[in-house]
Formats: sequence, C-alpha cells, structure tokens
Amino acid sequence: MTTRQRTTITVNGTRYEREVEPRLSLADFLRHELHLGGTHVGCEHGVCGVCTVLIDGCSARSCLTLAVQADGAEVTTVEGLRDRESGRLHPIQQAFIDAHGLQCGFCTPGFLMTTLELLRDNPEPSDDEIREALGGNLCRCTGYQSIVESVRLAASRLRG
Amino acid sequence: MKPAPFDYHAPRTLEAAIALLARFELEGVEARVLAGGQSLMPMLAMRVARPQVLVDLGKVEGLDYIRADGDALLIGAMTTKTAAAESALVAAQQPLFHAATRLVGHRQIRNRGSVGGSFAHADPASEYPAVALVQDLQFRARGPSGERWIPAAQFFVSYMTTRLDPAEILAEVRLPPLPPGTGWAIQEFARRSGDLALAGIAATLRRERGQCTDVRICAFGVNATAVRLPAAEQALLGRPADGEHFSRAAAIAGESLEEPMSCIHASADYRRQLVRVLTGRCLEEAATRAA
Repeated sequence: MTTRQRTTITVNGTRYEREVEPRLSLADFLRHELHLGGTHVGCEHGVCGVCTVLIDGCSARSCLTLAVQADGAEVTTVEGLRDRESGRLHPIQQAFIDAHGLQCGFCTPGFLMTTLELLRDNPEPSDDEIREALGGNLCRCTGYQSIVESVRLAASRLRG
Repeated sequence: MKPAPFDYHAPRTLEAAIALLARFELEGVEARVLAGGQSLMPMLAMRVARPQVLVDLGKVEGLDYIRADGDALLIGAMTTKTAAAESALVAAQQPLFHAATRLVGHRQIRNRGSVGGSFAHADPASEYPAVALVQDLQFRARGPSGERWIPAAQFFVSYMTTRLDPAEILAEVRLPPLPPGTGWAIQEFARRSGDLALAGIAATLRRERGQCTDVRICAFGVNATAVRLPAAEQALLGRPADGEHFSRAAAIAGESLEEPMSCIHASADYRRQLVRVLTGRCLEEAATRAA
C-alpha cells in the first residue's frame, strides 16, 4: 500500500487541497478530483499534447506530471481562459472558432494552452515559429493549416 | 496507462535525498530518482518501470543554476532545458550543447525536463550523451560517502544505465569549453520534429592549414549508448577539410557501426544510412564554423 499525500494546488486562481495517491497524474487530479474536464487525456505518455496546461506559467503535459509534484504550484487550465467577469471567450478561443481551428475539438484544449504561452512570449510569431511551437500537439482532424491560421489570427487580435 | 502504485518522498535537501536512497538500497526497496519526469513518467505509465518508491528532487534547493567556472560552465542537475535554451551564457559559451538542447522534445517537455535527468536517464536516442562524449563533459555525483567526478567516457554504461550507484545522485554537469576555432554540428532525423531521433550525429573538428585536426564524431539513437566513431574520425585526421574527404569519412561512419538497433520505425540498415548521411552533413556544417 502507498501513503496518500496531502497536496495543495492552485488552479485558475482557486486553492485546492486534497489527499491523493502519489501515482495520480496532474491531468487525472484536474479531471477526477476537481471535476475540471476541460483538460483532456489522450495518449497518457507525453506524445499527443492534448493535456497541456500551464504550471507556474510554463506549458507542461499534465499527464507527465504527478499531482504531488505540482504541490504548491499555480496551474492554469483551459477553464481559466474565459474572462471571469464578462464570461467572454479568450481571444485565442474566439480565433480558433473564427478561423476553423477545430473540428471534433478533442485536441483543442492542448492547442489553446500551448498558444497562450507562445503568444505571451512571442506576440508576433512567424509561421515557422507557430509550427515549431505547435509541434508537440497532435490533431487528427484539421491537417493543422487552419490551426496555424487560428494562431495567426489570435496573435493579430491580441496585438490590437 | 496508469502507473503502478509507489510511495513518494520529496526531500528538501540533497543530503536527505541521498540518505533516503541509501536506506532504500539497504532495505532492498527499489527506488528511483524523479527529476523533471519527462522520461520516467512515460515509463511508469507504460509500467516499463515499476519502482516501489520515487524520490523527487523537485523540492531540493540549490540544484537549479547555470554559472561560469573559469571558461567552463557548471549546470545544476535540476536546471530545466528551457532555462538552458534561453541562457545567454549557454548560447555564447556552449553552442553545441545549446543547439542540442533545442532539439530535445517540445517546449512543453523542455519546460519540465531537467538537464541532469537526461544525462542520468541515458536514453540511447538522447542528444545529450552524444554531446557529452564529443566534448568530454564531467558529471558530479553525490552519494553517501561524498562526491566524485565521473568523466563522460566512463559515465554511460549501457541502455539507460550509467555509472551512478543506486544511492548516488547526479548533482552537476561540467561543460569544458570547445577549444578556440572548433567547428561543431548536431543533426538528427526524427519522424516528427521533437520526437526521439531514429539516428543523430554530433561532431566537432578544427582546421589547421586546411587540414582536419581533433575530429570527433558521435552517433546517437543507433546503439545501446551514444558511440564515438573512431574509424571515421581517424580517416579525416590530417586530411583536407573538403567534400571528398567528408564523404569518405561519412561512408566509414555508416560501415563502422556495430549492430545498429533495428525496430519497427527503422531497420538497422536504415540507421546505417542515416548515420552516413548525417555524418556527411555534420562535417560540412562543422567545417563552415571551424576557423
């Protein structure tokens, strides 16, 4: 038997404290302990990128991080993108809708969180830089072209 | 795809982490060190690794730094690859290591993955061990009886196996400077940029009066560890740094491989071919940088 660990994680500004099994991934912590189902789980071994969240502001695969490792960390998930007061979608989310950056939508949370970091660090990325940044996320519907266009559109709207 | 159960410790000091590992070794408990987890977590998820205990270095103070030591560079084991990739010091003083870092995984991986973790994990397809062998990196291991430095040529033993004892932790990596005028290159082939390489080459060389000196060629992703290719290196020593001799050395590089790995993604012959082509390209690229 393993000893459960007290773990405190701040997710989208709210502090949560739970006793968890050490083997619980951060992705499963978000989904099953906090019932935040926006972070999807695909390959569960760090290939597909669908579970991408920000940990202390840096993009990370939440399937490759244990919840206990994130103890004390600030996590941002796709649920944290929407403007809390107006309820309006984040410009990146709106750009993905407007430029058809998704079909089935399963991979979208990972692309959105990856894009959030990219455009924060590099507000005017070239197409090559966009493709490089999205290289760790798989989409099986769109063929990526419209995702790249969505990121480009989001970048131009965020620059204003 | 869920890891088997394990216990978890997150000590605050390196001494405490070493003491835990020493205790588990004594008790016959299988413990693994958790650094960034970007290689270990997939192995846990697929249950290729089933340790009883993880000792997480994430909360250990003082393992996250990049600093100059004379003209060498010291990097703390828990420094993330993103920190290494974004470091002006690394970019200026260690261009080969810097280029290798940018080839590791994707941004999401580099944000969490540690420099020390990649060396200690010793994945045969990893870029870092090849850089270590080309550039004679040194590894500072801390254990119950103190510390020791392990040179790269002795550090990598076999597939995911290093010279580190079960109760030892890799604390620091020392990168000596490339000698003045050294040209360098690292190239790899992967199905998707950022994925583990099917094969790759790291190479350095210098030119004196148009002739190659100090040629170092290392292949990764083809054998149980990264391997220097001495036959190809020898073939270039004292020879003109030109396309004809690079092609010849590249052909020898491919032929001289001992039993390249064969898997569903790449046959042994295909890896041989990749090594031949990448060696040629790396030598050309390194030569353009050599003074």
